Amino acid sequence: MKYIDEFRDKEMVELLIKKISSITTKDIALMEVCGGHTWAIQKFGIPSLLPKNIRLLSGPGCPVCVTSKKFIDQAVAFSRLKDVIITTYGDLIRVPGSTSSLNIEKSKGGDIRIVYSILDALQIAKENLTKKIIFLGIGFETTAPSSAAGVFNALNENISNFFLFSSHKIMPPAMAALIDEGVTINGYIAPGHVSVITGSHIYDEIPTKYGVGCVISGFEPTDILQSIYMLVKQIHDNNFSVEIQYKRVVKPEGNIKAQEIMKEVFTLRDDWWRGLGILKNSGLAVNEKYSNLDAEKMIPVIVEETKEEKGCICGEILKGLKKPKECKLFGKVCTTSNPVGACMVSHEGACNAYFRFNN
Amino acid sequence: MENNILLGHGSGGKLTHNLIKDIFVKYFDNPILRQQTDSALLNIDSNCIAFTTDSYVIDPIFFPDGNIGKLAVCGTVNDLAVSGATPKYLSVSFIIEEGFCIKDLETIVSSMADEAKKAGVLIVTGDTKVVNKGQCDKLFINTAGIGILDEKLKAISSGDNIKAGDKIIINGTIADHGMAIMAARNFGNFKSDIKSDCACLNHMIKEITDTYSRIKFMRDATRGGIATILCEIAENNKLGIEIDESKIAVNENVRGICELLGFDPFYVANEGKIILIVHQEDADTVIETMRKNKFGKDASIIGEVVDIHHGKAILKTGIGGSRIIDMLAGEQLPRIC
Repeated sequence: MKYIDEFRDKEMVELLIKKISSITTKDIALMEVCGGHTWAIQKFGIPSLLPKNIRLLSGPGCPVCVTSKKFIDQAVAFSRLKDVIITTYGDLIRVPGSTSSLNIEKSKGGDIRIVYSILDALQIAKENLTKKIIFLGIGFETTAPSSAAGVFNALNENISNFFLFSSHKIMPPAMAALIDEGVTINGYIAPGHVSVITGSHIYDEIPTKYGVGCVISGFEPTDILQSIYMLVKQIHDNNFSVEIQYKRVVKPEGNIKAQEIMKEVFTLRDDWWRGLGILKNSGLAVNEKYSNLDAEKMIPVIVEETKEEKGCICGEILKGLKKPKECKLFGKVCTTSNPVGACMVSHEGACNAYFRFNN
Repeated sequence: MENNILLGHGSGGKLTHNLIKDIFVKYFDNPILRQQTDSALLNIDSNCIAFTTDSYVIDPIFFPDGNIGKLAVCGTVNDLAVSGATPKYLSVSFIIEEGFCIKDLETIVSSMADEAKKAGVLIVTGDTKVVNKGQCDKLFINTAGIGILDEKLKAISSGDNIKAGDKIIINGTIADHGMAIMAARNFGNFKSDIKSDCACLNHMIKEITDTYSRIKFMRDATRGGIATILCEIAENNKLGIEIDESKIAVNENVRGICELLGFDPFYVANEGKIILIVHQEDADTVIETMRKNKFGKDASIIGEVVDIHHGKAILKTGIGGSRIIDMLAGEQLPRIC
């Protein structure tokens, strides 16, 4: 298949592995901070091909995994309101809250619908005028612009029963926080889709302030291996910078229009990340100007007290400090069919990918 | 275990397996049911009878190259055929929602009759119930079927004779049915010409068994896709399985949409595909025979049974890496970004 098979070429893969192996035998830890990368790395069996001195860590790049339990608890509370329809990306429905999940609420009769795009949620709003439609906005700079566009569409089409519940986050504060916390990271495989929107400059501080290189990578095996090669070379040459491997899609300036609508609809706030705690100016709240579409402001609801799971080390796994296998719950209490922590839920989550492809 | 039934309990993956084990087998337990084969094998007088049943609920009920009725006949015929039986008789029960269009019902019934005729089975008994509007979604169909089992093919269902070195074969491309349904649901707003692979495979299977090849196991890879079957074989028989990704064919249009939505074709449903495990010396004969039939023209060897990593199915990825194939946990969902 064109545009796919070229990037999965076995000979090219072998060549890249050879080149990576020839640079250094020094121990190197590289972190990917995009769930799409975590998934691709496991799906193609990339760790089984790399030399032993190169270790890949999965960072907080899966939108579902970093979403706070409090957000799930509030979404569950919204779903119990009689006049509410919850619209959400699929994976979120399986994330356990303190005492329930959207999946469980759905089986009890809650009107929870999986959508592929916020536009589907707007359509549901148009077809159900007596109901309030809440779209659960999760994800990073990749999905935030489409949520912002949804807000614009709702306004333009006078859809007054549509509300956005935002848990959107931005990536750079988390990347800096991990290094500040002392996690050993020698290079970042930087997220491809986030960077399509933001451009490459959002990472500029990482090499200058921390001496850690960033390579913005595509999602095919040869993309990922070329990015690893570029990072290993930066480390060997002791010359750290932000480079774009995914040049066929990512431009240094990013998508200006998407950046503008994000800026218009959202405002930065301190936000809670699973495993990392509260990070300053890392979350995207709906701007005051659009508060009549903000579910948090417009739909009052009583939310149960959030309880954290005992024994779950999702936090340390998200920081790359521990591997899924080091968790006592992994594969025993916490499995893909009965996830305890968020990392086991999404196929982009580190525990889920590890469980399915390596267990 | 959850307190309520989730949609994932019907996915054919882990939740379904747990439900069967923890509720159905727990209470219905008997030596025949315990075999957990596609058809129950019953020794009545001197005959061995294969007996199976399946219910069909699908949205939409009409899809490219099929409908719920065709599916209900093919599914049950295939469950009998992969057990090594010659399908003979079917029962059909309809649960119909009040207000359902009679012309649509006639179209569905007529295609069931066509399919039964092609497969050489008779529909000999049935039942009809109509429920209030909203109490079922348009039309649900249950079929049960019986077939006569050849004594020599008795071990196929259990896979007891599978040994390291045996070859694993499939009769063509994967994931067509599941993605045809996705397209028919207008999921993701794409248009496509993907057709369901829904077909009765009993004649092709008969042609294979007539070669007297050493067939160790057969199963139709429906819900849960080929991944689920491969995991089941490895787990149940405590054998290692190795699959070569590059040998598995996926139609270009199916592959494209899977890539776009983030679906793994290994877990997507098929309705006209069987996985066979055969003695390595007989693999070529089986492939040759299958390729002569239109439902097996793309048949290929996709892997083999090995004497390592017992209980696990390992995939050799197209780029030369390796990873585990696991059962689907719940429903397969499109990726977020």
